[in-house]
Amino acid sequence: MKLLSALLMALAVATPAAAETVLINDGRVVTNGAAGIIENGDVLIVDGRISAVGANIAAPRGARVVEARGAFVTPGAFAAMSELGLSEISGSGAPNDADVDGDLVAAAMDSAAAFNPTVTAVAVTRIEGVTRAAIAPSSTNSMFGGRGALVSLDGQPDSVMRANAFMIVELGETGAARVGGSRAAMWPAFEAALRDAREYPTRYRSGQGGAVLNEIDAQALQPFARGQGMFLVHVESAADIRRIIRYQRANPSLRFVIHGGAEAWQVADELAAARIPVIVDPLVNLPSSFERLSARLDNAALLNAAGVTVAIAPAPGSVDAHQARLALQLAGNAVAHGLPWDAAFAAISRTPAEIFGVGGQLGRLERNFLADVVIWDGDPLQVTSAPTAVFIEGVEQPLVSRQTRLRDRYRPTANR
Amino acid sequence: MRLRAHPIIALAAGLGLAACATTPSTDTTDTTRRAAFASTYQPAASVPTLIRGATVFDGEGAELANADVLMQDGRISAVGNNLAAPEGAAIIDGAGRFVTPGIIDAHSHLGAYPSPSINATSDGNEATQPNTAEVWVEHSVWPQDPGFLRAVAGGITTLHILPGSANLFGGRGVTLRPVLDAVTVQEMKFPDAPQTLKMACGENPSRVYGGRNSSPATGMGNVAGYRQAWANAQRYARRLEAADNGDGEPPDRDLELETLAGVLNGDIRLQWHCYRADEMANAIEISHEFGFEIAAFHHAVESYKIADMLREEGICSAMWADWWGFKIEAYDGIRENIPFVHEAGACAIVHSDSEVGIQRLNQEAAKAMADGNRAGLDITRAEAWTWLSRNPARALGIEDETGTLAAGRRADVVVWSADPLSSYAVAERVYMDGALIYERGAEIDPPSDFELGQAYTERAQ
Repeated sequence: MKLLSALLMALAVATPAAAETVLINDGRVVTNGAAGIIENGDVLIVDGRISAVGANIAAPRGARVVEARGAFVTPGAFAAMSELGLSEISGSGAPNDADVDGDLVAAAMDSAAAFNPTVTAVAVTRIEGVTRAAIAPSSTNSMFGGRGALVSLDGQPDSVMRANAFMIVELGETGAARVGGSRAAMWPAFEAALRDAREYPTRYRSGQGGAVLNEIDAQALQPFARGQGMFLVHVESAADIRRIIRYQRANPSLRFVIHGGAEAWQVADELAAARIPVIVDPLVNLPSSFERLSARLDNAALLNAAGVTVAIAPAPGSVDAHQARLALQLAGNAVAHGLPWDAAFAAISRTPAEIFGVGGQLGRLERNFLADVVIWDGDPLQVTSAPTAVFIEGVEQPLVSRQTRLRDRYRPTANR
Repeated sequence: MRLRAHPIIALAAGLGLAACATTPSTDTTDTTRRAAFASTYQPAASVPTLIRGATVFDGEGAELANADVLMQDGRISAVGNNLAAPEGAAIIDGAGRFVTPGIIDAHSHLGAYPSPSINATSDGNEATQPNTAEVWVEHSVWPQDPGFLRAVAGGITTLHILPGSANLFGGRGVTLRPVLDAVTVQEMKFPDAPQTLKMACGENPSRVYGGRNSSPATGMGNVAGYRQAWANAQRYARRLEAADNGDGEPPDRDLELETLAGVLNGDIRLQWHCYRADEMANAIEISHEFGFEIAAFHHAVESYKIADMLREEGICSAMWADWWGFKIEAYDGIRENIPFVHEAGACAIVHSDSEVGIQRLNQEAAKAMADGNRAGLDITRAEAWTWLSRNPARALGIEDETGTLAAGRRADVVVWSADPLSSYAVAERVYMDGALIYERGAEIDPPSDFELGQAYTERAQ
C-alpha cells in the first residue's frame, strides 16, 4: 500500500522562500480557462499561487508590479513528454540516464530516481517558458519503459512533483520487436504481464513466479494493472489504435493515453468516444515506418475537431533531453495546419497537466492555481518570440543559462 | 572565395579553370569524370509567370515592398515595380504574400536515408574504413523517397546530399533538384553543379574506428589520417599532372585518390563536418599545409567562437538554429551561432541534416534572426533569408545559377502565404526553373511509387 499511496499523492512542493507578491499588469492574459483570453488583464501572485486574475486588480501593499504592456501572459508550458533532466549529454558515451539497454529492470524503472534538476538543459528549457515536464527514459529492451515522473523546472532539489505518474508501454512495431518481432506475441505478453502484476505478490511468494514478469517489475506494474495509474502507450498505426480502443472497452478500469498516433486522425471519432487522449507531434508527416504510412501535418487539427483530447510533444523516437523547449514551435506548426490557437496552446500547457492528473493546480491562470506564469515578447507560438519573464510557483527565474553565459562571452558587440 | 597566395593553390586555380568546361572530359586530370553519371535533368514545362504586388526578399539581403517578379523561359526575367506581363503569362496575385528564392539545404541525407527508415534503406554511411573517398552518395540516393515531396512543400528547390559522418573521408556529395517524378538520380542532378567531398571531424570517426580498436581512435589519430591521405593525394595529383604534360604514364585509376585530387585541383568542393572551434582551426591548418580550400564547415556548432577566422578564410558555416547537447562536441551550442557568424561578416547557412527539419528551414532562420536581434544585433528578415539561399548556393558553387532573384538566375521561387519568418506561414507555390512544381491544396498524384496504392484513403500531406 506504500506504493499506492505514493502513486496517489501529489507531492506538495514546499513554498519557495523567495516567493513574493507580484502583480502583472495589463497583459494579454491567456487563462486557458473559462475566462478565455483577457485583454488588458492582470494577474496577482501571492505565496506562489495565483490569487486573482481579471481587469484592474489593485496591487496589494508591498507588491511588485510588472507592467506587461499588452504582452502575452500565459501559464508556463508543460512538456508532455521529454527526457529532460535525465541527461547532461546524450551521446559520446557520457553518463546518460535517458537511455536504458539493460533488462534487469523494466516496468520498475523509476524516472524520478534519475531526474537531476541541475543539468544544464533544465535552465536552458526553463528560460524558454517551459515550467513543467513529464519525463521518462527511452530505449529499453522490454515493452515496458518504466515509470514516468512529473517535474518542475525550477532547478531546486525538491523539484520532482510526482513519481510513478505513468507507465510507458510500447504496443506498436517497437513493442512487437521487443517480444520476438510480432504483435502476435506482443499482445499475449502484455496481457500476461498485467495478470502477473495483479497477482503480485501471491504467485511470487508461492514460488510460482511470474509468467512473463520478474518480481520487481510485477510489483511496479501492479497499481497500473489495477487501474490506479495510466499507461502511456506508444502506437502509431490506425490498426494498433483500434486494438487499444477495443482492449480498453473490454477492460474499462484501465486508463490509456496514446503517444505517437501518427495515424490517429483515421480513428478520431472512435478515440473521442473512448475518451482516450493522444499526444501527437505535429511535424510527423513522413511515412518513416510502415506504421506511419498515413502520417499528416493536420493530425492534431483533425483529432481536435473530432473532440479528442490532444496534447503536443515530440514523437516517440524524437523525444530528447535537450529540446523540450521546441514544444512551442510544434504547437505553432499545428496552428499553421489548422489547429485553433487556443487548442494549440492548451495542448502544451493545460492539456498535459490534465492528462497527467495535475490539471487542478497547473495549466491555467485561475485563482489558487500554482503561479507558473510567463510573459512573452510576442505570440508564444511564434518561433521568433521568447519570454521576458518566467515565474515558477511565484518565484521569478533569472533568464540565464550556460548558453546565455556563452552567448554573452562571445557576443560580437562586446568586442567592439 | 578568397584566393590564397600558395603555390599549390595557384596550380589548382589553373586546373580549376580547365575543369570549368561543361562538356564531358576525358582528360586524365578531370578528377570529376564528368562523363560518368552525367545529369539528365530537364526543367519541367513552364509558362511565363508574373507574380504581382508581393513582399519580396531577393536573396541578396534586400526586401522589396509591393514588388513584381517575372519568370520567363525558366529564368528570372525581372524583379521590380509595375512589370508588364508578357502575352499568355500566368498572373499570380501576390497581395499579402511573400516571395523568396527557393530554399537550398546544404546538408541533407534524403534518398540515402529515405522513408521508410528500415535497415535495408539505411544507405548513407559507408562505415567500413576511415577513408571512403571513393564512394559517391548519389549511388545511394533512392529517387522515390517520399521526403522529396515534403521538402518541396517546405520551399526547397535545391538540396545537397552528403554521405554520413562515420569516416574521415565519407565520399562524394551531390547537389540535386527535387524532381518528384524522377526515376533515376541522374534526372535529379543539378546541371554542372560541382561535386563535393564530405569529411568529418571529431567524435564520429574516432568513436566508430576506435570502437573497432583501429585508427583513428582520437583527435590526433583523425588529423594523422587526414594528413597522410592528403599527402598521398598530392603525389597522385602530381603524377596525373606529369602524365598530362607528357612525362610518364598516368597512375592506375584510384577512385579514392581521384576524389582527393579533385579537391586539390578545385573541381570538388570540400564540405567538412566539424563542430568545435579548435577542430575547425586544425582543419584550416591542414588546408594550408596541403593547399586546398574548404567550402564549408557543417554543423559548426562553435563557429561563433572563430567567426573572424572563418571570414578571413572565406569559409561558410552550415549550422542549426538551436540543436545542442546531443554529444559533447555539441555542448557549447548557443542560439546565436548563426547570427553571430553573420554579424562577423562570415558566410552563414542554415542547414537541416534532417528529413523533418528540411521542411521548415524558414522557421530555423527565423529563430536565429530573432535570437540574434535579442542579443543586440539588427538583422532584417531579408538578410536572414541569405542564410537559406544565396549563402548555401555559394558553398555549393552554384551561386551563378540559383540562390537569388537576380535577372538571369534560374527561376527557383517560393510564394509564401505570409511572412515566412513566422510559424504560421506555409509555402503556397513552389517554382523550379519557372515551372510550378508544387501548389498547396492542389490534388497531387502520389509523387513516389512507394506511396502509390497504399491503403490510406486520403492523401497524407
